[in-house]
Amino acid sequence: MKVALFVPCYVEQFYPEVGIATLELLEKYGVQVEYPLEQTCCGQPMANSGYQRFGDDASRVFMENFGDYEYVVAPSGSCTLHVKEHVLGESEVKVYELCEFLTDILKVEDVGVSFPFKVGIHASCHGLRGLRLAKSSEIVGDDFNKPRTLLEKVKDIQLVELQRKDECCGFGGTFAVSEEAISVRMGMDRLADHEDSGVEVITSADMSCLMHLQGLSKRNQHPVKIMHIAQILNGAKPS
Amino acid sequence: MAKTITHAEAAEAFLKDADRTQWHDETLWHVRTKRDTAAQKLPEWEQLRENASKVKEYVLSHLDELLVTFEKNAKANGIEVLWAKDAAEHNQHVYEILQKHSVQNIVKSKSILTEECGLNHFLEDKGFDVVDTDLGERIIQFNKQVPSHIVMPAIHLKKKEIGDIFHTHLGTQQGADDPNYLTEAARNHLREKFINANAAITGVNFGIVESGGFVVCTNEGNADMGTHLADVHIACMGIEKLIPRKADLGVYLRLLARSATGQSITNYSSHFHRPRSGKKMYLILVDNGRTEQLGREHFRNSLKCIRCGACMNTCPIYRRSSGFSYNATVPGPIGSILSPGMDLKKHSTLPFASTLCGSCSDVCPVKINIHEQLYQWRQVVTEAGHDSAAKKWAMKIGGKVMGSPSLYDFLGKSARSALKLTPKKLVYSRVNTWGKSRDLPEPPKESFKEWYRKNRKP
Ligand code: SF4
Repeated sequence: MKVALFVPCYVEQFYPEVGIATLELLEKYGVQVEYPLEQTCCGQPMANSGYQRFGDDASRVFMENFGDYEYVVAPSGSCTLHVKEHVLGESEVKVYELCEFLTDILKVEDVGVSFPFKVGIHASCHGLRGLRLAKSSEIVGDDFNKPRTLLEKVKDIQLVELQRKDECCGFGGTFAVSEEAISVRMGMDRLADHEDSGVEVITSADMSCLMHLQGLSKRNQHPVKIMHIAQILNGAKPS
Repeated sequence: MAKTITHAEAAEAFLKDADRTQWHDETLWHVRTKRDTAAQKLPEWEQLRENASKVKEYVLSHLDELLVTFEKNAKANGIEVLWAKDAAEHNQHVYEILQKHSVQNIVKSKSILTEECGLNHFLEDKGFDVVDTDLGERIIQFNKQVPSHIVMPAIHLKKKEIGDIFHTHLGTQQGADDPNYLTEAARNHLREKFINANAAITGVNFGIVESGGFVVCTNEGNADMGTHLADVHIACMGIEKLIPRKADLGVYLRLLARSATGQSITNYSSHFHRPRSGKKMYLILVDNGRTEQLGREHFRNSLKCIRCGACMNTCPIYRRSSGFSYNATVPGPIGSILSPGMDLKKHSTLPFASTLCGSCSDVCPVKINIHEQLYQWRQVVTEAGHDSAAKKWAMKIGGKVMGSPSLYDFLGKSARSALKLTPKKLVYSRVNTWGKSRDLPEPPKESFKEWYRKNRKP
């Protein structure tokens, strides 16, 4: 199976290790991964700020790079959602967030790694309520959680229950800057929930939420570590 | 003209009191969890939401005919029906009715619509005594405030503060804050107001087309108390409040209280069909911008709202900034998609007072896609030019960069090395809002693309 890897702009620039983990992970499962070199960004930063029209060029670049593939996989729920809702249009390209690609398409059963730490899952809202990677707490129905299902296959991991299992971290793209005070407060509240529950490593399918939480925990010298779920599934350890 | 305070500014001011913020957040989160418990008890919950949404869909797409039939049936019952195109007409109707019946003392149960129309001020300016009889509303009326929440109007006040307000206005003991004691005092105070009132004003939760009657939901029975005692009942209703059949009520009554407070049903769901003999019943059907909203493709189904308040209780931003930070009659997520339709400039920051987390849409009993509408309003706001020029330029440049792979690679590399080379003090200068309370990520030695070129492909 061949897939195109979409690495969101901020991951490409600031968290190459997350891109690498995603690539290696897919390769480990026998997927032929191509990374179109001319890719930039999905245009979400502009669109969510009210300037969808200024994101048109980014969308065009996206389609030029990915339009001919059957599958595109990205290590981000948020960017995947934006592409599906605002970039693809009539195109038949199937875009998947990494976790759902692993559970739904590759049907991964064995991950073959160990991670002996207490881990808290941060449910990124766009992955959760946009892509339905898990059942959100508001909805009534059968429970499911794709990132958690994958992590449950990791040896020695201790998944920790939170007080508020799917409250937003307050990142929200330019919201983090335009509503700085409340964004910071939301992030600190999330960190506190994880730390009160004894979490050693916070993980998520979205690096953008994690960048915000990491920025806060570093500034406040909290010991909690931050890792993208691809890194854990690929066998990395907290540094 | 006074500068309109932005949501971010108001939120920042509220957040200065960290303890109150935590208390406010936890109080509302508690209501949200009660809602969850109640909803989880009904396995058919999602089906109910779907039905509620579909019925309202029907109502909105047939509003013209349904309103005419509703009016006809209501009139046949003996209700006097009046139409108001805006707040001014609505207030004028109320005024004329009061004059006609020589009313002086008015009791009013909760009605967001009359808040929207500014009825209290209008009537008080004309010398009427208007008493809000919902306990929460009475408290904020004493305190000269507007509701900070549509279901729990005084939710921003702590018990102790309510005790102080009662001490000042009702003469309760200083420092007393026992809820039973305070409620008793309010009860006695309101009893007298009920007995002396000549007119009762109520809102309307549901107007039933097939019967020409309407339903008012309260927890305190204050709407009934008012309407049973006064000679004149004036019910004020937004034109979107219709449901086609009595049978549809079952869907909405089951959803409303569970979503609002986690109760299985409101304590009083009072049905009004016709005036008692010798009494008068008026129904004012108010547009006030609703038809216009109905005509806005992306925003029309905001009119499905049954005002349960669940989107406020669940909103992580509302909980940490309080209702007043929205500076609008209806605060919170639903307010942020309704208010821009009333005054785009004044409310231009509200659609941005959200991370688009989508919790509001998932909690909404009538399945309004609130967060998607927030996204759409953002586009409208910037197109109308109600946004800072600096942000517009940043976005335009950002768009250009992302639209050009070579520019993107070049600038990405420059930014990373700039970050590495610049002293910390400069990186975290005052213009860097991100860095006020957060560290920036450490710039890596190479980007993913650079790594990929070296390690995978030519
Ligand atoms: S938008 Fe939905 S959740 Fe919010 S008040 Fe209206 S009905 Fe309730």
